[in-house]
Amino acid sequence: MATLAGDVRAGRQKPNWLRTLRKSYFPYLCVLPIVVSSAALVYYPLLVGIYYSFTNAVQTNFGVPALNIPPTFHLNGLHNFQDIFFGNDPTVDRRLLFVQTGEWIVLNAIFHFLIGIGLALLLNRKIRFRGLYRALLIVPWATPQFVAAYGWKYLYNRQYGFFNLLLGSFHLPQVDWVGDPNIALPAVIAVNIWLGIPFMTITLLGGLQSIPTELYEGAQIDGAGPFQRFWNITLPLLRPVAVLITTLDVIWTFNTFALIYIVSGGGPFHRSDTIVTYAYEVAIQNQEYGLGAAYGMVILVILLVFTLVYSSLLRANEGVY
Amino acid sequence: MSDMAEPLAGRGGDLGSVTGEAVLADVASGVARAEARVIKPKPFKPRQLLGALGTHAVLVLTSIVCVFPVLWVVSTSFKPERDTFSTSIQLIPAHPTLDNYIHVFGDDNHLFFTWLQNSLIVAISTMIIGVAISLTGAYAISRFDFLGKRGLLLSFLITQMFPAALLLVPLYRIFLELGLLDQAPALIVAYATSSLPFSVYMLKNFFDAVPKELDQAGLVDGLGNFGVFWRIIAPLTLPGIAVVAFFNFMNGWNEYFFANAFLQSNTSLTLPIGLHTYVFQFGANWGKLTAGSVLVTIPVFILFVYAQRFLITGLTGGSVKG
Repeated sequence: MATLAGDVRAGRQKPNWLRTLRKSYFPYLCVLPIVVSSAALVYYPLLVGIYYSFTNAVQTNFGVPALNIPPTFHLNGLHNFQDIFFGNDPTVDRRLLFVQTGEWIVLNAIFHFLIGIGLALLLNRKIRFRGLYRALLIVPWATPQFVAAYGWKYLYNRQYGFFNLLLGSFHLPQVDWVGDPNIALPAVIAVNIWLGIPFMTITLLGGLQSIPTELYEGAQIDGAGPFQRFWNITLPLLRPVAVLITTLDVIWTFNTFALIYIVSGGGPFHRSDTIVTYAYEVAIQNQEYGLGAAYGMVILVILLVFTLVYSSLLRANEGVY
Repeated sequence: MSDMAEPLAGRGGDLGSVTGEAVLADVASGVARAEARVIKPKPFKPRQLLGALGTHAVLVLTSIVCVFPVLWVVSTSFKPERDTFSTSIQLIPAHPTLDNYIHVFGDDNHLFFTWLQNSLIVAISTMIIGVAISLTGAYAISRFDFLGKRGLLLSFLITQMFPAALLLVPLYRIFLELGLLDQAPALIVAYATSSLPFSVYMLKNFFDAVPKELDQAGLVDGLGNFGVFWRIIAPLTLPGIAVVAFFNFMNGWNEYFFANAFLQSNTSLTLPIGLHTYVFQFGANWGKLTAGSVLVTIPVFILFVYAQRFLITGLTGGSVKG
């Protein structure tokens, strides 16, 4: 992603476009498939989605192309966005959804990073069975996400799930993991933390291993202790890696759907929904297409703002090295 | 920015591995250095022994946490149905049986095989189309300067973050109008396009690592643009192409969001959505669910091992290095 930005900037330095245009039609032929498919399946739908987000489109006025019934929905201004931010729906607290989304992202990102860097530091030491540990840690990553989600759904089962059987064998009170409104969100967050550990650990381990050992040896000669070496060498050199993968992690976590949908269904009472899973419920289950499209816009804007902030962070990093 | 970030973006893909020369060199040197460090003998110190014990304790515990849920699924798949509703913990099935697998294969007029067929069609088509489109595009972006290149790269930068939720409603409408809802082609084109930014970016990195002098030598020897690509670039970047193919296949095999929204009738489901019916439609059947899950996971695991081997070849073979 970042490289693309670099290339984009590099491209600007070669403004001799008239000559390159005449040079050959071959590159245009090469990129034609990408351009056509992106236009048809990304940019056109994006424009349609922006339009829908300002309409009252629902299942009953959406028309049925197969039966030649035309759509009858119309523009209704900012009504959908008003609903999203200020609406009073008896079945769901829409503002709470944003809080839940924030909890989902922040807790996942923090735990992914802390656990990831801890394990990476341990795996970077000279220890036995390092290859074995590394292989076992990758298992959650190699497992398809929906399979992991089904597995955890069973582990969390109130009557027959492993966790409650374990609690029961110690004569402890059982927990309704995904049925209790206050526990469901932490429960699905725990699953996603489990899922994200391998990626964080392996990428941070790669970052650690690319730090030249000479730096540590030099620091040791200069009398720097382990903590000082970590603080003054490891952390600063790991920072670009950390910023980048944390950003990717945040984007992926934000867009997570299957895991929440399978493990808790977003319930109870939407208390483990994020705005992404809720957008799906609105659009596909409730068939409120206008509102669903509006949620899509809100999600895009949040991601754009986040990425802008991130890229300016990264640019601020640039001068350091 | 790009210098520091490039290796990481490569690792950032779903494969979490390697793209491009910078990363290859980077990781290879890191690995070599780590190995050199291991060999160095060290005098024995009791404090280090304690530290090592602590390290192993943490790593063993984490490994158990990482592996246990998957093992529990595998174990459950071999339990008879009454034991999946047991209130005692059985880590190893007390009455091991293949009943769940037999049910998965045989029930509902072999519906599982229909889902398997759908999944294979979707994943393989996604892979072929995704690789074909991104190959030519990435080659052009890596090798030529052309009008609009900057805009194209910028658009990829932006679409890479497009949430699926944004395109859900419009794509639903488009496929409804085209009569493609509930059909495999809708999923295939949606998947192949949605992984384009990643595929193109990854392949471009691999192509960039092949020295341009090779192209020029090929051109001098009378190969055309296409010949240079097919005879020189493609063979040298085979590991990269394999990784992108793998990524596209995985995307088609695992995708849940669009499939759950667009597929409706029982016979057109892909495996991820099909398995859902085991726990939600007719009351939970954990035995069938876990058996189905194991069957779906096996090919992906095999591919994962296979793709990793390709990555290691890319690291050590040196054919990709400039």
